[in-house]
Amino acid sequence: METVAPTVLELAPFSNVLVEHNLALTRDSATTLQVNVGKLCNLECQHCHVEAGPDRQEVMEKNTIDNVVSFASRCDFEVVDITGGAPELNPNLAYLVSSIYNHVPKLMLRTNLTSLPDKKYDQLINTLSKYKVVIVASLPSVSQLQTDAQRGNGIFEKSLTILKKLNEAGYGCKNSGLELDIVSNPTGAFFPPSQSAAEKRFKSYLDRRWGIEFNNLYVVTNVPLGRFQKWLVKSSNYENYMHKLADSFNPGSIGGVMCRSYVSVSWNGFLYDCDFNQATNLPLGGSKTHVTDLDGPPMLGDPIAVSDHCYSCTAGAGFTCGGSID
Amino acid sequence: METYYNPKDLPKFTDIGKEAPDLAKKFFEYYTSVFKEGELTEREKALIALAVAHTIQCPYCIDAYSNACLEKGSNTAEMTEALHVAVAIRGGASLVHGLQMRKITEEVSM
Ligand code: SF4
Ligand code: SF4
Repeated sequence: METVAPTVLELAPFSNVLVEHNLALTRDSATTLQVNVGKLCNLECQHCHVEAGPDRQEVMEKNTIDNVVSFASRCDFEVVDITGGAPELNPNLAYLVSSIYNHVPKLMLRTNLTSLPDKKYDQLINTLSKYKVVIVASLPSVSQLQTDAQRGNGIFEKSLTILKKLNEAGYGCKNSGLELDIVSNPTGAFFPPSQSAAEKRFKSYLDRRWGIEFNNLYVVTNVPLGRFQKWLVKSSNYENYMHKLADSFNPGSIGGVMCRSYVSVSWNGFLYDCDFNQATNLPLGGSKTHVTDLDGPPMLGDPIAVSDHCYSCTAGAGFTCGGSID
Repeated sequence: METYYNPKDLPKFTDIGKEAPDLAKKFFEYYTSVFKEGELTEREKALIALAVAHTIQCPYCIDAYSNACLEKGSNTAEMTEALHVAVAIRGGASLVHGLQMRKITEEVSM
């Protein structure tokens, strides 16, 4: 992928800021394995740190899935979080779900709600509900204009259709045992709202307007990598955005950042401290490690590889891939 | 080009406390409390602030509350509607003074 040559930022490197505050970013127990099954996606969202899209060829194959499942069986993960690209476009998704199911108590699947024709979604929902997979759906905003500006024309409408389908199957409905969460992220170079306020608003708005229910809303900060970084540079927002992130550095957020408890595996089986480090090719703890190289999860106290995009996880209350930690 | 308003000045707002720190402290404490969630949400308060900012035509406030509205989860359509509320009241206030104009002209007219 072509890289951006950002303007000279005069920004203190993230690693220096940690030293200044007498902090070190090290691992806690690894509880979540995030499996990125590939960069193939039907969309080309403006904020995508992966730069996923319809032309990407990187897709996790069956033998890598077997290696990932075997790794999960050697570790004691509490959650496996499947992401992409659009994971639904990986033909081996059902195979992954069924083979990893016995090795973790909880499975999660991230979806953009739009990658399959409606009928195929019905089949997928059947499979996911059978394994009680938690669905984490992206919906940046309750505004059609904002959502479509970020993800493409017609995406808002299609997302609502699939959310309704998920509700019909019991997902997001009381006492069904099927969890449906929504992830919202800002549709531009600004920070997300407070998670609790946004959840209230999404819940009342989606219910009132479209009768849609869901369980939890997570807000995430856009990470200045990949396509989002390019958009920031092109729209002359890069410098301001980076400074805004850095100026909002909150030392108290370090204890709760995602990478402390996550391990991220790429489509070809290499390990990273998080999906953002994966996107920028910064390997686990700084050294290239394949999923077959480890007998167990990374150890408590192991160092985490950091770079300036880490400012997005430590701004304000701290926002991680799992949502705000406010 | 030099202008009276410079976006880079906005973060220096608290410098205003240098000459009168006690008053500034009281003002900023009050200001912060006003915008905290109460009977109204922070999002609703930011929308009111945005509308008022346009009424008083303060570029600093327009900048600050356009961003604040987005960061509290509002969208441009909602922000535009909020402006129209301010515009309606502003316009309405001018128009309703037309009653004075009518009274005066009636008094002096045949
Ligand atoms: S943000 Fe998600 S849905 Fe959008 S292009 Fe990237 S992977 Fe696809
Ligand atoms: S970007 Fe990744 S490594 Fe950096 S703080 Fe966030 S989760 Fe941790």
